[in-house]
Amino acid sequence: MYLYDSYDQAMVDARVAEFRDQARRRLEGKLTEDQFKPLRLQNGLYLQLHAYMLRVAVPYGTLNSAQMHMLADIADKYDRGYGHFTTRQNIQYNWIKLEEAGDLLADLASVEMHAIQTSGNCIRNISSDHFAGAAADELVDPRPYAELLRQWSSFHPEFLHLPRKFKIAVIASDTDRAAMRLHDIGIQIVKNDAGEVGCAFYVGGGMGRTPMVAPLIKDFVPLDQLITYSEACLRVYNRYGRRDNKYKARIKILVHELGKDEYARQVEEEFAHLQSQGIEPPLAELARIATFFADPAFESGLSTELDRSNPDFALWADRNTHPHKQAGYISAVISLKPVGGIPGDASAEQMHTIADLAKEYSFDEMRVMHTQNIVLPHVKIADLHTLWAKLEAAGLGTPNLDTIEDIIACPGLDYCSLANARSIPVAQKIATRFAEKGRTAELGELKLKISGCINACGHHHAGHIGILGVDKKGTENYQLLLGGSEAQDTSLAKITGPGFDEDGIVDAVEKATDVYLAQRQQGERFLDTYRRIGMDPFKEALYG
Amino acid sequence: MADVLGTSPDEVQFRFRDDEVVDHGTVTVDSFLDQSNATAVRIEPGDDARALLPHLERIALVEVNFPSFMDGRGYSVARILREAGYQGELRAVGDVLIDQLLPMRRCGFDAFAPDQKLDEADAQAAFDRFPHAYQSASDARQPIWNLRHD
Amino acid sequence: MKVLTGNDLKTGLVVWWNGQEWSRHVDDAVDAGDEANVILAREESARRVNAAYAIDATREADGSIRPAHIKDRVRALGPTVRPDLTMKPAEPEALNWVI
Repeated sequence: MYLYDSYDQAMVDARVAEFRDQARRRLEGKLTEDQFKPLRLQNGLYLQLHAYMLRVAVPYGTLNSAQMHMLADIADKYDRGYGHFTTRQNIQYNWIKLEEAGDLLADLASVEMHAIQTSGNCIRNISSDHFAGAAADELVDPRPYAELLRQWSSFHPEFLHLPRKFKIAVIASDTDRAAMRLHDIGIQIVKNDAGEVGCAFYVGGGMGRTPMVAPLIKDFVPLDQLITYSEACLRVYNRYGRRDNKYKARIKILVHELGKDEYARQVEEEFAHLQSQGIEPPLAELARIATFFADPAFESGLSTELDRSNPDFALWADRNTHPHKQAGYISAVISLKPVGGIPGDASAEQMHTIADLAKEYSFDEMRVMHTQNIVLPHVKIADLHTLWAKLEAAGLGTPNLDTIEDIIACPGLDYCSLANARSIPVAQKIATRFAEKGRTAELGELKLKISGCINACGHHHAGHIGILGVDKKGTENYQLLLGGSEAQDTSLAKITGPGFDEDGIVDAVEKATDVYLAQRQQGERFLDTYRRIGMDPFKEALYG
Repeated sequence: MADVLGTSPDEVQFRFRDDEVVDHGTVTVDSFLDQSNATAVRIEPGDDARALLPHLERIALVEVNFPSFMDGRGYSVARILREAGYQGELRAVGDVLIDQLLPMRRCGFDAFAPDQKLDEADAQAAFDRFPHAYQSASDARQPIWNLRHD
Repeated sequence: MKVLTGNDLKTGLVVWWNGQEWSRHVDDAVDAGDEANVILAREESARRVNAAYAIDATREADGSIRPAHIKDRVRALGPTVRPDLTMKPAEPEALNWVI
């Protein structure tokens, strides 16, 4: 994985000093809250319901064990012994003190981490495929491109006060595991007909109150123009994105209002101009970065046999692993979705355990998934049983990846000042309901996603089943949505009809799954059946 | 006759130029384009900086107004002018605060006339904060990728 | 009644105006009446509180204070999914008060 050189370290250290100075000026009264708020947000520091919340960047989701140990230590030292892994592959802490935030950032910097641009109206942490560098189906490892973009976007002087936040994802396989087309810019690394590697740009996707799937803006940008083209995309947005209404300020609205062809034309014009400006790093820089992402020292000739004699292990291995590009290896997923638990939360002790296991079994590497689980990307198949036994012993062996128990949920009204309703208790009740009835297995792949408000941090538009919490005259109410997907077949879920109370939404989800089970044809997932039979049978069951 | 706008030399708190401070009022972009003799112009956030590009040779001062520090359009204005070769004074005016000074400087501003006088020591610390920069912009800094591959 | 709440500037913790200063306990809150805006402006500018605002609340028969909106009841108690981290860790039934 990428390691800082003295330049990277100096930049992060300077940022710590800058933030300490900003916090000092706030506490001394030299900055008003209105002036300070955008500054603290660009260091990931929010004021939430109970305290300050700090969001730490995990660039493209990749972590080593020293970093994970530090995240655990921070949870103990500055917070209340736990952290929350987010849908953008980051981690956030819920009980941070402003007066200690500078020390926390310094601790992060000591392991080459930071909270730079994890919030605010700027280019956010770059996300990527959580199986990058391991997946059997990838063209190349997308992370060097993500790292190049991370450096370009960090402290970019022109783009620190954009109309609104800006999220970029980079993937390099046809299977989309990063919700690429639901980002402000989604980049897919592709090969053209001449066999050259380049970038396809999808611009103007996003969730939030006006969900949109990003259209293709340019099908091939050569690698030596990646930064220049990105800069052109951002400049057109910075100049013309709406600033009169924060709800219409995301780039998806600009692309939608201009039309994708006109937006692409304006970008092309800016791109032509910028190409003479010398803003593109040399390919040697990309090559330098790529060396950090070289394969670890995989062994060859390893056994690919899995001893399936223990049915609990076999179930976990079937559900919580992903094929690896190297024979004899596999990617293992640690579920942070124990039935009845809080999706994405991990205690300091669990983080230490995961870090130790990564060091022992996965070349010292982990990935945070946007589904709020943790990947050990490079595990020997021969070690898988031992790994599983250790996870089981630590309470981390829940075998429920991509099932109805593997729910994405935002923090909701339990923590978040924007939320209208609680998300976590709904997730807990649904997972518990299906687990207790033993129905998880027969439902197969079913992606259920819950947001506590229309900002959609829980990706409810992209769930096979989505749930949106709303405020109905001061009480929590939940709308049900069906038919979303954030994979390569991206689609936006539709609302079924009137909402439900907390227990009602759990019943409604069960009714929707009953329709699926009654109607499904051979091999169909919930989403496939919904797409074939449409909304009506579900409405009939829910409201008829 | 257009109304004369603009900040006076007294209001310029920081300046990174050796020439004389330009001391005449600015006019709006529309007024500027209507008259042939103006040499100082003030750009508001919604104005198209590129409209000025045919006339850069006669401009001695461009003021870019930031009615709110949260509106970042002025950063693109500055870069567009510098990229087109504008070498006159580029003055950030309005809601200009300590923590925006360095990014403004990097985008090509070389004079600053904040609405409220800024603390000199805090401002100096902000200008000097970062030893390097990751990107090529409109200042003299070599981006880190250039230093790495020199 | 109108009670005032906000977060402590340094720690971010939820606080309530008790007539003299900011308390961690909602039941200490007093009716700010017509003074709400004056107190909020004064306390914010003195940096004794951050992001403070006035809310509607009622005083219950037992003297306790109940904020009108669920969001402020969550703030008053703590996250309902972590009873151990609330203001009343020994009273799990306190969660019912929020809802």
